[in-house]
Amino acid sequence: MILRLALASLRARLLTVGMTILAIALSVALFSGVEKVRTGAKASFADTISGTDLIMGARSGSVQLLLYSVFRIGNATNNLTWESYQDIAARPETDWIVPISLGDSHRQFRVMGTTTEFFDRYKFRAGRSLILAEGAVMDDVFDTVLGADVAATLGYAIGDPIVVAHGLASFVDHDNQPFRVSGILEKTGTPVDRTVIVSLRAIEAIHVDWQNGAAIPGQSTSAQTIRQMALEPQAVTAALIGVKSRLQVFGLQRAINDYPHEPLLAILPGVALQELWQIVGIAETALIAVSGMVVVTALIGMMATIFSSLNERRREMAIFRAMGARPRVILSLLIIEAAVMAAIGALAGLGMLYLGLLIAQPAIDASFGLWLPIEPPSLRELQVVLGVVAAGAIVSVGPALRAYRMSLADGMMVRI
Amino acid sequence: MSLEDVCYRWGGRASFALNIPHFQLSKAGSVLLLGESGSGKSTLLSLVCGTITAQRGTVRVGGTDIASLSAGARDRFRAEHIGLIFQQFNLLPYATVLDNILLPLRFAPMRRARVPSPRAAARALCLDLGLPPETLTAQAGRLSVGQQQRVAAARALIGAPPLLVADEPTSALDAATQATFLSLLFAQARASGSTLLMVSHDARLGAQFDRVVRMADITQTMQVRP
Repeated sequence: MILRLALASLRARLLTVGMTILAIALSVALFSGVEKVRTGAKASFADTISGTDLIMGARSGSVQLLLYSVFRIGNATNNLTWESYQDIAARPETDWIVPISLGDSHRQFRVMGTTTEFFDRYKFRAGRSLILAEGAVMDDVFDTVLGADVAATLGYAIGDPIVVAHGLASFVDHDNQPFRVSGILEKTGTPVDRTVIVSLRAIEAIHVDWQNGAAIPGQSTSAQTIRQMALEPQAVTAALIGVKSRLQVFGLQRAINDYPHEPLLAILPGVALQELWQIVGIAETALIAVSGMVVVTALIGMMATIFSSLNERRREMAIFRAMGARPRVILSLLIIEAAVMAAIGALAGLGMLYLGLLIAQPAIDASFGLWLPIEPPSLRELQVVLGVVAAGAIVSVGPALRAYRMSLADGMMVRI
Repeated sequence: MSLEDVCYRWGGRASFALNIPHFQLSKAGSVLLLGESGSGKSTLLSLVCGTITAQRGTVRVGGTDIASLSAGARDRFRAEHIGLIFQQFNLLPYATVLDNILLPLRFAPMRRARVPSPRAAARALCLDLGLPPETLTAQAGRLSVGQQQRVAAARALIGAPPLLVADEPTSALDAATQATFLSLLFAQARASGSTLLMVSHDARLGAQFDRVVRMADITQTMQVRP
């Protein structure tokens, strides 16, 4: 009955109670939204590469290797020689190996030389494969496949010619060997979107007339001649490796790290991603703290409204007292009301979050490559709801105690 | 109900005190307590109901010394033994009439036990007090003042508490409704065997009561040097 009366009392003050609940709902929606984006970003981040057991490169740091081989951020300190690559490829543990050759660019996008096997082996977001939106994978030496962002930003279509620049911020173009767009990939939300993919041979081909990073003056080999050349690479930047059995991952990793002829490094992508996230993750803590503060603000707002409603409710409390209610009943009545408001607010906030997700999910995925899964509320979200209810009850103790003292002093007579 | 040698002094205004050497009410009667405003009527009612306790003397209701009870027990005692009607704003405006009538039973298990079916009892009381049955589900705040007073009477009467205390219950009503309300109240009080203590400043009401007491006759209001 007390609960029913509390609900009726809330209903009677629909406007102020509604505004309070709205504030709590918005804050909870914000908080869980941030939480959702955070876990989504973390998952997306961890899903940048999957299905690859090891990444191999020249010896540097594991995060650095991950950054340049997967995220195309920064540069390799060194390449690994083609001989080493083939040694590792020939090892019995190696199931497949995909070379990556970096160092050239097209406008603001990196160019990556690889083999067509890359399209089969590179997986993201729990095993999804790259899909061509249009066209086909490269067939000719001068074919190129563009990531979704590259094509969208530069407005390329199938068959357009493109010129690759030497180096990353260079004005020297490999303009004697123009490429042709043969395929455009679907958006993945991974760095592949911002990559121009060419064949490994193409990387060699555009450097045929180059020596020590500069074009040899007067020398120009025709595309036709280049097509007939062997174009064996001297070195690659990194390699993605799959092992035959997962048990062999650490063995192969050790073998690569102990490779006698050249200093090499093999990393487990998942572990390196974790390390990297720990660096990026400081921002997430700040974000959580800020949205947590918003929830606290909303709850304090509720406390303020309860405080300000006390005076106009003295008569109501006096009636309770006259009927024989102990001051304790008034205390609990107010706390119940606050908890109910907080609960409705928190649940409404979750509702708003899911509604927002339903509406915005495809747009967020398309424009940020951030996939926010719509799942039933997780334990963590339930904890948030319970936490808000508990916190609502706790902040209401202040005004409730005041009401307790007021009703004790007023008794059943209120002189207004 | 009896008050013996009671002295109550307000904390803030130490210069004023209420003294009642002797005041007694017999069982199942009706008493009108007449007094001007400021004569200490409300204080007397608060003493009887136990929301305040006297500094001196004893207040007995149904033989129990109110002051000897703990604060919680006094609240419980009030719920069990006293039905209260105020001048106005008696009801929780947001709650239904039924919830308002049943409210005291929530705090008084013994009184609740006397009512086999609270809903039926509330309905019967409403009928007896001339309220149509559909008012039970109405929101109390939507009723007219006269109807609200009747609901308040039903609430005071439910579970037949031994003592009914009414604090100027008719002053917000016009003359015609006043008379009807009082006769209904009397009839119900008699039916449940309750003692009725009513406080008013209106001497014209006196004719219907067994006994009329003037506030001035039972109190010694005096200036106290702090």
